[in-house]
Amino acid sequence: MLLQQVLNGLSIGSVYAIFAIGYSLVFSLLGVINFSHGAIFTVGAYASFTLLTGSFGNGYFGALKLPFVLPMFFAILGGALTSATLSMLVELCAFRPLRKRKAEPTLSLISSLGVALAVVSFIQLVYGSETQSLPADIFESLPPVLEFGGALVRTSQALIFCVSIIAMAFLFAGLHFTRFGKALRAVAENPATASLLGISVNRYIFTTFLISGFLAGLAGILVASSYGISGPYFGVTYGLKGLAVVILGGLGTLGGGFVGGFVVGIAEAFVPAELSAYKEAVAFSFLFLFLLLRPQGILGKSLIQKV
Amino acid sequence: MPAFFNDNGFLILLMVQQALLALSLYLPLTAGQLSLATPGFYALGGYVAAVFSTRIFPPSEGLLSINILLFEMFVAGVLCAIAAVFVGVPALRLRGVYFSLATIAFVEVLRVVSLNLEITGGAVGIFAIPQVFETQLGYLWVLFPLLCVVCGILFFVENLRPGRALRAIREDELAAGAMGINVLAYKSATFIWGAVLAGVVGAVSAHLLNTWNSRQGTFDASVNCLAYVLIGGSYHLLGPVVGGAILSVLPELLKELQDFRLFINGLLLVLAALFLPQGMIGRAFLKRAK
Repeated sequence: MLLQQVLNGLSIGSVYAIFAIGYSLVFSLLGVINFSHGAIFTVGAYASFTLLTGSFGNGYFGALKLPFVLPMFFAILGGALTSATLSMLVELCAFRPLRKRKAEPTLSLISSLGVALAVVSFIQLVYGSETQSLPADIFESLPPVLEFGGALVRTSQALIFCVSIIAMAFLFAGLHFTRFGKALRAVAENPATASLLGISVNRYIFTTFLISGFLAGLAGILVASSYGISGPYFGVTYGLKGLAVVILGGLGTLGGGFVGGFVVGIAEAFVPAELSAYKEAVAFSFLFLFLLLRPQGILGKSLIQKV
Repeated sequence: MPAFFNDNGFLILLMVQQALLALSLYLPLTAGQLSLATPGFYALGGYVAAVFSTRIFPPSEGLLSINILLFEMFVAGVLCAIAAVFVGVPALRLRGVYFSLATIAFVEVLRVVSLNLEITGGAVGIFAIPQVFETQLGYLWVLFPLLCVVCGILFFVENLRPGRALRAIREDELAAGAMGINVLAYKSATFIWGAVLAGVVGAVSAHLLNTWNSRQGTFDASVNCLAYVLIGGSYHLLGPVVGGAILSVLPELLKELQDFRLFINGLLLVLAALFLPQGMIGRAFLKRAK
């Protein structure tokens, strides 16, 4: 029983983690929160839904059908790339112009929220507001349920966990062992100095939005594959929860998103069934407590105020 | 003229009500604190009024006495002030975005709790809240004077010592503290008064809307209020008033476009952030006015 809950928690926690890392990446570079992250997550889920089933849901384009359907792997990739593209567009339309004008950082909250609203309502126009679920046979020859030492895990849950861990491993390796990663960390540390050293700051910010969008899309598809898509607004809940997760772990640190994701995932899995209505509040209650006791998060370093 | 009021009564009420909520978010912002807790206190105030008027003093028949409404507004204000002390005073130690997120956390926790408690009517909420006035427009008799009084006080205070202290805190907290300004006291005061205002408006709105449920205090509502203030302008009290009035009516005016309404609303937010960086009542506007 205990093992079962831990496994459930690890599975959903890993999604929270890759989703939260996307927030964290952008925050560490720009110092602002990208509120369209939840919408980008939704787009990934819907895009891979279309690639897998060929259908455009029940909205304005309900009659349309894709002439082809893709196997699972390519559908996931396609969905995540769609999200990545959208994320780059968000940077170009909602963040870069404001940065160029040295506008107040709070304004990019508004512009990214505006993008989120536009994207989500666009999805609603295209797909309608019904719930959609991915076909059950996407895993083809794999058994639907796996057993680990007495605990049952759905294949989709195991897949979520594996894909998330692989994605995070790639990201960590990329940031720590490549020239690109080193440059990116330099930009995060101090953009002015980095640009003096010949690093094109805007290009790295652009790439960060790409990676962050890719991770958000991936998280969206993985959640959809296991729990279905509960309508165009399903990213909003995850968007908020992701925020709680990053702060909990430590905003702007990669390991923070990772640890925070698992902490929230496992804590939610341990909420007893009779209190399950309060599950949604777990992440935020944790967040509130943590902000008061350890505002820099589990892994964050405490900030020193400079005058 | 009466016909105009009758046709557009609800829109006018909506403008005044949202302008008040925008002011409630603007208050902590005068001390540089971006609080998104307004819808939380608004929901709390509404629940106070809804519970009072449906359970404790249900009118035997007809309309609820206006004295009871005023009493409810008072209780809602006091309760919100107490809640704001418990939430705000610890949360105000946090800086910048961390403080904003703590207030989002408060709104979300409150929403989930009100969705599940019995006294708040669970997911259905509380309905058939008794009316105070014969027509909806009657609520303007409460909300409009409230707006005038709040604006008047803010306008007056802005030029006194507290107003100058708040401006100093907004520019640079540490420097203000070094000048002997009690930063935490000022920040708490604006946060608490913002909460009281939201609670009082909530109490009136519960009667106005006739039903009250957990959808009143959501993250979306926080975002709306934030948009009012930032697009209206956050450097003068006219900013939130104008922003609240215009942006709350905009979706109604776009009604013709039906399905595309939210989409256009989103695009307008982006455009406003890009092209009106200081809001409609920006510094340039204020300079010209002087």
